[in-house]
Amino acid sequence: MSAGRPGWSDQQVEQAVGNLLRIGLLIATVVVIVGAVIYLVRHGGEPPEYRIFHGVPPDLRGLTAIAELAADWRGRGIIQLGLLILLATPVARVAFSIVAFALQRDRLYVAITLIVLAVLLYSMVGGYV
Amino acid sequence: MEQLTVWQFSAAAFAGSIAAGLLGALTGLGGGIVVIPMLTLLFGVDIRYAAGAALISVIATSSGAASSYVKDGYSNLRVGMFLEIATTCGAVIGALLTALLAASAIAIIFGVVLLASAALSFRRRREPDPREPPDPIAVRMRLDSDYPTPQGRVAYHVHGVPAAFGLMFVAGALSGLLGIGSGAVKVLALDWAMRLPFKVSTTTSNFMIGVTAAASAGVYLNRGYIEPGLAMPVMLGVLAGSMLGAQLLVRVQSSALRIVFAIAIALLGVQMIYGGLRGTP
Repeated sequence: MSAGRPGWSDQQVEQAVGNLLRIGLLIATVVVIVGAVIYLVRHGGEPPEYRIFHGVPPDLRGLTAIAELAADWRGRGIIQLGLLILLATPVARVAFSIVAFALQRDRLYVAITLIVLAVLLYSMVGGYV
Repeated sequence: MEQLTVWQFSAAAFAGSIAAGLLGALTGLGGGIVVIPMLTLLFGVDIRYAAGAALISVIATSSGAASSYVKDGYSNLRVGMFLEIATTCGAVIGALLTALLAASAIAIIFGVVLLASAALSFRRRREPDPREPPDPIAVRMRLDSDYPTPQGRVAYHVHGVPAAFGLMFVAGALSGLLGIGSGAVKVLALDWAMRLPFKVSTTTSNFMIGVTAAASAGVYLNRGYIEPGLAMPVMLGVLAGSMLGAQLLVRVQSSALRIVFAIAIALLGVQMIYGGLRGTP
């Protein structure tokens, strides 16, 4: 479809997107495993409580709070950081597609992708109507 | 399940999640839809925590699978991105709805979706007719594309854009409400409504699942549904199980096996509805 258009071909874009997803997943998995080891060594003997919903504490919900916990080498904080990295990979994929469509001078799809990115960011930031 | 320690629980949830990922890959329904009944029915986990952990595993599985076949040039990036407007909006709305519904109501909806997904997995697909004229919207949106076959790249038209857009909104809402990838509804939109070639619809659907799930996961994270101690064994287990399942699928193509699995999933659906009606999901 994009033959003759300047910039990257659709195939090159897809290849880069595939690499992006794989690297993101790999980093996230390693971080989750590191957090899991710390969490299990320190708290492995305690009883878990997932039967009744309380909602996780606020310091495991926000970006900066999670980063602070992880920097403190807290197991649950590091796991949550790994999950945040995992969550960021599809978002990065969408952001990357904006650049790719822009390089193809495809204004319609730059606009469409910006809408998708806006919805994703709204979901991440919170403060819902 | 009363006196389990974190170690024992994590090991059991990890093992169960491998099985769920395997089953999800072999039926083509995805790990998320199998792992949630396992966590709620077997381990007694609250359905919101189960949905949070499952959603994380859906993103991991989607990224893992997409990276391997996106390079083959099957998925249609424009179709995916255009329909992601519908799935992400639906996902955010579905995720926000979870706060308004009782856990038992979510369990009943989940059971109905399980039954429908099991039924849909028996649906016979028809190959698209290349002589059919494309949807004018598809032409205006430049959605028509081509895909690789042994005979070289073959062009295809895209049909039924409004119907696919509507179905994708529903797929997104179910994803956000239940913490699943909604792969069955997405494939329905792509190959029943849009009539994309089989490989294009499955790869594009998988590609979209990660972005849709990320839209719900943001809300889940802010609402405190993502419990790291639970999400950790579930994510790692489902990821391992579905990768193993994808390997096995290349070798085993037994339709008898698929029928057995689809029946097992339908039974889980009945159990979820029964539990929800009794008020103890």
